[in-house]
Amino acid sequence: MGAAAHGERRTITGRILRRLPGLARGRAPEPLPVKLESRRVYIVPTRAGLGFAVLLAAMLVGALNYQNNSALLLTCILAATLAFSMLLTWRELHDLTLHSLHADHGFCDARLPIHLAFADDGRARPGLHIALDEIQQPCPLYRGVSRVTVTAPTEARGWMAIPRMQLSSTVPFGLFRAWSWITPNQRVLVYPRILQDVRPRSRIDDPNERVTGGDEFAGLRDYHAGDPIRHVAWKASARHDHLLVREFDRAAPGQPLRFDWYALSGVDRETRISRLTGWVCDAYAAAHPWILILENRRVLGPGSDAAHYHLCLTALAELP
Amino acid sequence: MKRNRTPPGTRGPAWILAPLPFNLLCVTVGCVLLAHAPHMPAWYTAALLAIVAVRWWQRRRQHRRVSAWLRIVLLVSVLATTIAVYGSPFGREPGAAIVCGLLVIKVLESERLRDARMAIGFACFILMSALLFDESLWFTIMVGLMLLPALATLRALEPGLPESRWLPAFRTGGVLLAASLPAALLGFLLIPRLAMPLWGAPDNGVASTGISDRMAPGDLHSLLTNDAVAMRIGFDGAPPPDGQRYFRGMVLWDFDGQAWLPGAAARRPWPPGRVATRGPVTRYEVTLLASHQHWLFALDVPVEAPEGVQLGPDHTLWSIKPVDQTLRYRVASATGYRLAPEDLDPRLRAAALELPPGFDPRARELAEQWRAAAGANDTRIIQDALTLFHDGGFVYDLDAPPLGRDSIDDFLFDTRTGFCEHYASAFTFLMRAAGIPARVVVGYQGGYWNDFAHYLLIRQSDAHAWSEVWLAGRGWVRIDPTAAVSRVIMASTGGAAGDVGGGGRNWWMPWRDRLDIVNRWWGQTVVGFDALNQSRLFRPFGIEHTTVRMLGITLAVIVFLALGVGALLTSLRPRGKPRDALAAAQLRLQHRLARIGIVRGMTEGPNHFYLRTAATLPESAPVLLDLGAEYVALRYAYSEPPPEQVRVFVRRVRHFRPRHMVK
Repeated sequence: MGAAAHGERRTITGRILRRLPGLARGRAPEPLPVKLESRRVYIVPTRAGLGFAVLLAAMLVGALNYQNNSALLLTCILAATLAFSMLLTWRELHDLTLHSLHADHGFCDARLPIHLAFADDGRARPGLHIALDEIQQPCPLYRGVSRVTVTAPTEARGWMAIPRMQLSSTVPFGLFRAWSWITPNQRVLVYPRILQDVRPRSRIDDPNERVTGGDEFAGLRDYHAGDPIRHVAWKASARHDHLLVREFDRAAPGQPLRFDWYALSGVDRETRISRLTGWVCDAYAAAHPWILILENRRVLGPGSDAAHYHLCLTALAELP
Repeated sequence: MKRNRTPPGTRGPAWILAPLPFNLLCVTVGCVLLAHAPHMPAWYTAALLAIVAVRWWQRRRQHRRVSAWLRIVLLVSVLATTIAVYGSPFGREPGAAIVCGLLVIKVLESERLRDARMAIGFACFILMSALLFDESLWFTIMVGLMLLPALATLRALEPGLPESRWLPAFRTGGVLLAASLPAALLGFLLIPRLAMPLWGAPDNGVASTGISDRMAPGDLHSLLTNDAVAMRIGFDGAPPPDGQRYFRGMVLWDFDGQAWLPGAAARRPWPPGRVATRGPVTRYEVTLLASHQHWLFALDVPVEAPEGVQLGPDHTLWSIKPVDQTLRYRVASATGYRLAPEDLDPRLRAAALELPPGFDPRARELAEQWRAAAGANDTRIIQDALTLFHDGGFVYDLDAPPLGRDSIDDFLFDTRTGFCEHYASAFTFLMRAAGIPARVVVGYQGGYWNDFAHYLLIRQSDAHAWSEVWLAGRGWVRIDPTAAVSRVIMASTGGAAGDVGGGGRNWWMPWRDRLDIVNRWWGQTVVGFDALNQSRLFRPFGIEHTTVRMLGITLAVIVFLALGVGALLTSLRPRGKPRDALAAAQLRLQHRLARIGIVRGMTEGPNHFYLRTAATLPESAPVLLDLGAEYVALRYAYSEPPPEQVRVFVRRVRHFRPRHMVK
């Protein structure tokens, strides 16, 4: 008998294991559009829902004990109403169709805005929340409002698969939580981390001057990761408890700035990329033309328009 | 743009209670307090409502927490007040008063979503407990409607509601409540009832609802001014005439000088003697509302007891279980009868003549005078007593003055004012003092005949007491000494005072009749639905006795089916064609073009699609480019395209016929 039970258990386990890929379907990336069919919408009671279940049980026992049919009827009505709210919660997600999505350009470490376009099927989904990480982002949908924007966390530059999205809702009463997963098989490009200068953004750090070793000395400022070693004012630093670097005045206007990979020797690769990214952003914000020189003497530019800006950032993001 | 809908959480940290749910919570709590108002002191309800109102105002004006000290002070005062008013914190009324106070304190500390949810759950429970005090149809409906603000609060705690508009918050709960009624009714029918309560006797402390088995002059006063329904009686044939509508409850044998009690004779299995019935037997069904007593009431005099009920030696019906909920039973009574006409058991005779020594000497003296004058003629003595009540300056008045130690003497010779209890008590005393076996019977008399549904409505105010004397050859004879009183002063305290026969029929009587039919239905079918009714639930399907197990299985199946049907219904798409006429027209155009081989790509935008199509179909190009421009303008230039232009576009699409491609 024990053996039979064991065998049965084994087959049950086997069956479950065979079914598992199906259960975890949400994890495999899938092409858009994705429709949330009934089978992939899950629902469980929330903590408040469990609390109400206990409360209803207490009401039921009380009404039965006091043989009070009016109280029992009221308990039944309340219980049925709250139970049926489960259907409305489920309906918030059921048949929801994600048509398409596109991402903005975003920098690493900042949250990346992703625009989602759902099918407008005439159903309002006021309680829809979408989470790409721990943060639940409210994304209410109404008739005529089917586009929402969520933000995704970014951890590394380069091509990033859109993380698995959890769509959830607790509307109407907060007693049940329905959720479903969508993993779109799309990738977005994340630009490298911007290494911010300590100086105000309006003043452009001018690497051109440093490379040529040339112009007027403008002053000293605190050392910031990514500054070229040879700009460190050693003597001045010795009198302080931290490093200081020399600053130089900007180049003549109209002359393109040169952001050179090879000028930033002595710092690690990612810091170099971040530093170049920061310069490119600053130059673009100031509408100053620039040239970006990357590894293997790959030269981009000169230019100062959006296309050049995105070209440079894409190149930086895609660096190995 | 659409109306600005911000989830309530967006105004502050997500867990802070927004104004709308807080206002709704205050409304819910107000409703709960009103539901409990009928049995709480008015000033207590008013004070709690005032606290809620002040709290509402305070949170509206300045967003500050209520200090814990104040809450503790309130908690202590709620407990102290309850003990001061009710004497003890335990029991139904004080319990209700305490939980109402606790709910108000919970509102004081409600600052977070979680608090509000807990308060709502608590409020639902307290709403239900209000029904333990009053099971009537109207009250149940009212309490049911009070669930709506509770559900609206729960809804408002969730995102997606327009702020400061109340109706949308109520809509979801209202629709769900209405939709769940059938399921709730099935659940109500199928949830197995307990044959015995799990704890506590449901009621001990309620003396006000009905006749008790102790009668002292003045005791019935609160009952006689109480218009609550005691029972309803539907007769198989014609109802008995007015003069015969005496409904026997219990017989009181023992008098202790102050009060009449059932005494030992009521419960001894002494032979009651033969009953000779004359005329037809009346059969009828009684719906008795919960009295929490063992006595059942039947038309004088019952000859057959219902199932599970004893027919006592003094022809009273005694149920083993107290009537703690509405009870329906069928009885047969004979209105023409002789009770033990041949002989009276000597022990019963002794019990029916016993008087407490040392009480009421003047009454005894009077009875002895009558006996001396009448000799062996008992009838004459009875006549003397009734004449005394009729001509001796006696007054019927519910505002009877209190009586002293010798209550009978005080009444007969001093106050001469009282109601049925006083007269029945004094008459029985006089009879016993004169040597005639006599006893007091308590029950109901009269009633109100409902012409629409043909039943007799008996109210608590129809409670009555009368006497029975035993005469040789005639047996126990009912004598109603109250009827002999000529001067009647209706009670200043109001009430129907059915004791002396109800008033005339007013214009609103028919409406009251109709209303009472609904009440009767409610009492019979809903309130009176018990384990016994439930076991007969499946009789129409050929199952004689429905077990708890069958009920459970049916309930489970129905819950499963209900959720399945609900899921099906909710997953249905909004019916009809797509509401977006523009999209529909565009789709139609695409279908038409697809038929001749021009298929819009999955990722192809409308501009590109129209350009490509125009390039492929040079003959239709101008129309297509025009349509494309119009479509893009209508689709993307407005949030809500003007309907006339959409209609024009739709018409143009309908008339558009692409020429076939020239290969």
